Amino acid sequence: MCECGKSQDMLIPQVGIITGITQETPDVKTFRVNAPGGGKLFEHMPGQCAMVCVPGVSEGMFSITSSPTNKEYMEFSIKKCGILTEQLHSLQVGDQITVRGPYGNNFPVETEFKGKNLLFIAGGIGLAPLRSVINYCIDNRENYGRIDVLYGSRSADDLVKLKEIQEVWQNVPNMNVYLTIDREQEGWDGHVGFVPAYLKEIGFTTDCIGITCGPPIMIKFVLQGLKELGFTDEQIYTTLELRMKCGIGKCGRCNIGSKYVCKDGPVFRFDEIDELPNEY
Amino acid sequence: MQELKNRLIQLISDGTVARVIGWKKGDMPYNPEPACFSTVEELEDFVYDGFCGANLSKMMIEVANLEGKTAVCLKPCDTYSFNQLIREHRVNRENAYIIGVGCRGKLDIEKARKAGIKGIEAIEGVGIEGEGDVTFKTIYGDKAMAYSELLLDRCHVCKGKDHMVYDEVIGESKDTADSDRFDDVKKIEAMSSAEKFAYFQNELSKCIRCNACRNVCPACSCRKCVFDNTKFDSQQRANVDSFEEKMFHIIRAFHVAGRCTDCGECSRVCPQGIPLHLFNRKFIKDIDDFYGEFQAGKDPEAQSPLTDFTFEDLEPKQAVGRGEN
Amino acid sequence: MYTISKDNLNSLYAKIASSYDLFMPIKKAGQTNYGFWNEDAEADIETLKTVKSGKDAFFPQVETLYNVNKTIIPADVAASDDAEKAADTPIKTKLEVVPGKFVDQDFVIFGMKPCDVRGIEVMDNVFLKDFVDNYYKSRREHGIVVSLACHAPEESCFCTVFGIDPADPSKSVADVATWIVDDKLVWKPLTEKGEALTAVVKDLLTDDSAVDSKVDAEITSITEISKKLPYANLSLEDWGAGKTDEKFNDETWSKIYQGCLGCGTCTFVCPTCQCYDIKDYTTKNGIQRYRCWDSCMYSDFTLMAGGQNRPTQLQRFRQRFMHKLVYYPTNNDGMYMCVGCGRCVEKCPQSKNVVKVIKAFENKK
Repeated sequence: MCECGKSQDMLIPQVGIITGITQETPDVKTFRVNAPGGGKLFEHMPGQCAMVCVPGVSEGMFSITSSPTNKEYMEFSIKKCGILTEQLHSLQVGDQITVRGPYGNNFPVETEFKGKNLLFIAGGIGLAPLRSVINYCIDNRENYGRIDVLYGSRSADDLVKLKEIQEVWQNVPNMNVYLTIDREQEGWDGHVGFVPAYLKEIGFTTDCIGITCGPPIMIKFVLQGLKELGFTDEQIYTTLELRMKCGIGKCGRCNIGSKYVCKDGPVFRFDEIDELPNEY
Repeated sequence: MQELKNRLIQLISDGTVARVIGWKKGDMPYNPEPACFSTVEELEDFVYDGFCGANLSKMMIEVANLEGKTAVCLKPCDTYSFNQLIREHRVNRENAYIIGVGCRGKLDIEKARKAGIKGIEAIEGVGIEGEGDVTFKTIYGDKAMAYSELLLDRCHVCKGKDHMVYDEVIGESKDTADSDRFDDVKKIEAMSSAEKFAYFQNELSKCIRCNACRNVCPACSCRKCVFDNTKFDSQQRANVDSFEEKMFHIIRAFHVAGRCTDCGECSRVCPQGIPLHLFNRKFIKDIDDFYGEFQAGKDPEAQSPLTDFTFEDLEPKQAVGRGEN
Repeated sequence: MYTISKDNLNSLYAKIASSYDLFMPIKKAGQTNYGFWNEDAEADIETLKTVKSGKDAFFPQVETLYNVNKTIIPADVAASDDAEKAADTPIKTKLEVVPGKFVDQDFVIFGMKPCDVRGIEVMDNVFLKDFVDNYYKSRREHGIVVSLACHAPEESCFCTVFGIDPADPSKSVADVATWIVDDKLVWKPLTEKGEALTAVVKDLLTDDSAVDSKVDAEITSITEISKKLPYANLSLEDWGAGKTDEKFNDETWSKIYQGCLGCGTCTFVCPTCQCYDIKDYTTKNGIQRYRCWDSCMYSDFTLMAGGQNRPTQLQRFRQRFMHKLVYYPTNNDGMYMCVGCGRCVEKCPQSKNVVKVIKAFENKK
């Protein structure tokens, strides 16, 4: 795990300023955050998270969706689904929030992933944590083999970062993007069907590492699908999400078994998850 | 107790009930715990003695929609709570098989501890029948106390030996009242405003905000408590010696006013020994004074004066005016 | 070793309090809890167990982590900036984070029993390992712990099960060990911090080598009592590091949790429970962000917008005891997150507790 931030007090946030807001889907916005004087608040690794807070409302753990290779700003893609996220969605460019982090482990982009073929499987807002890895790999293209991205959503309107996917990802050499939506929709001539079904339909070969993130029910069936294709637990990664308050493995909320998701996660290999009590 | 236990075994065996809510033998002579029994084997550990003070009526909320009948052991005072829960549609009378259990007053181990008894290995004389002193066998020697000395405060103002609702009654009950229910309230009423404030500040500053009083209270059966609302901008989770903290108990007393049966569980469970029932009892006294005597839980059909209107109701200013002294 | 007459203890408290904040068992409205001593306070070192453990000395039930001051910038100033450019984004509400205060003065915790002192060690493993909690650390650095041997252990005590010696505080991480022998308090400094405190109160102490044998006798007496206590032989054989699968999936939980109120009594009186919540409170100038004790027994402990991972009381009940008896030991070289103080045994409104949990699994065999 990275050592940054260990010396300073990890419970005290910094003030961040919202410098850009993109409406991705009807209920997802991507917030660009900078330090008030410009520049980034802190550096991170792909998969790491930060505590974003609207003072007086609440604080929540969000995946940093921008890649560390982006040296100008950080981004958070946030779906409106609770009290805090509703407030965040009401904010405008120029509004200030507080941010602390980075927290948690990261995808092993510099170790296990290096030189490997990578298969990313995401559903809905689950693309947020994977996007930082994908862009990191794209920006260090020579370090990785083939990159496949399978991404699905409820409808075409719910595909997050569609512009970036179409304009950037689909033009990267040796990178394939497969998009799917749950139900037929006017104006959509791509694939229709659930992500796990599409996964089996394409029938990926097992010469890669599978990385999946999405709603728990999707992850469950993606895992089954990957297993049917011959993948082992050791070559599949995902992220867990639980209630968090401190971010440093002390407040006890995200504790399952002897692990704290905020500190020991959010990234887990499936064989590690198998060892946890079934409480996530 | 054996008669009661036999009857419960019979009820389970012949399929009359699917489960029994009662008390399970503790690992100390004074700590039986509320439990749910669903087999004859489990009932082996059933116990009913002087330390079974817990009011089991609230546990009936959880089983209201389970398949089959649930037998529940209720002491006379517990039946008031059950009736009130019927009134509030929180329990299912049809699914309940109420065994009114006899009671000669329940005991408070804290009373023994306050009297300096510790290192307890065994306690004699706490069965539901019998008379005479309670004997404590301790590693520091034997000690005896009168049964009445050990009673929970609430038993000194016992509501009587009759069960308000039951399918059958097993065992004899005794009215253990030996003081007036409103004596303590009157004492506080006689204080000056400053004295009252000081009294409650002293008591309430001990509160550790564990929520035991709320969670045990049969009248606190909201699915989501207002104090757990995350949109509620207050220090509700903090135990600070400010007015915010004091508000918790006052607001709770208001919320249960007219519905509180004065079962006394709040004071029984408080780890800090705060006499929380005094708030509720003050409301009961006021309701009695203003609207005529009313006992919540006595009759599940009766309308609470606070949710009723009659032309004889007093005007708000009459209630407000009495505080000016 | 030094001694001071019990009759003279109030002078000792006054002397300590003249140089330090003195946090000790104080009786108030019939209950004894740790609080700050002053001349009007009723010091009470006779009560074996304070209701709360005294962990608040290092981990207070409520503390301010930081304040966020809000300043509203008038609309015309905001509008004058060029909103197009990211760097020049107009500021509408200016936030300023003002960290809470760290403790920077030494203070004394007096009369802590050996079980509660072990509780500090347990919390050290949480707050000082990995990411350091500076609020806790500042209190640990400045707190001087005076531990008092347990003259008459009670039936709910089982500290010896965890290898704690109720008779001899000098085996604990305390700074000063004390005993009550006859009509005297015996005082033995253990650390540099303890020596420094001793120097402050030296005028009141008598150097008394004759008391050594009496302390030995007291230690023997307490040890003998401890062996006779009903929980003395409680077995932890099947618990500890690495027992997650075996214990987690056991059917026993579905029976023993029943009746649990989901209140926080056990958590709040426990010397080792350290889960906390961080909450906002709107103040005049902005937001106070405070930390307060929380309980894994509460129904909303793990609740988030998308639901929660421990929706039933069974799961929450299991979590608390698995954490104490399996998860924590797994992460901390086998140390248990229970010190056998017995407060939950005495205080649980429904008479559930850690001992009954341990025994429930034992009885299965």
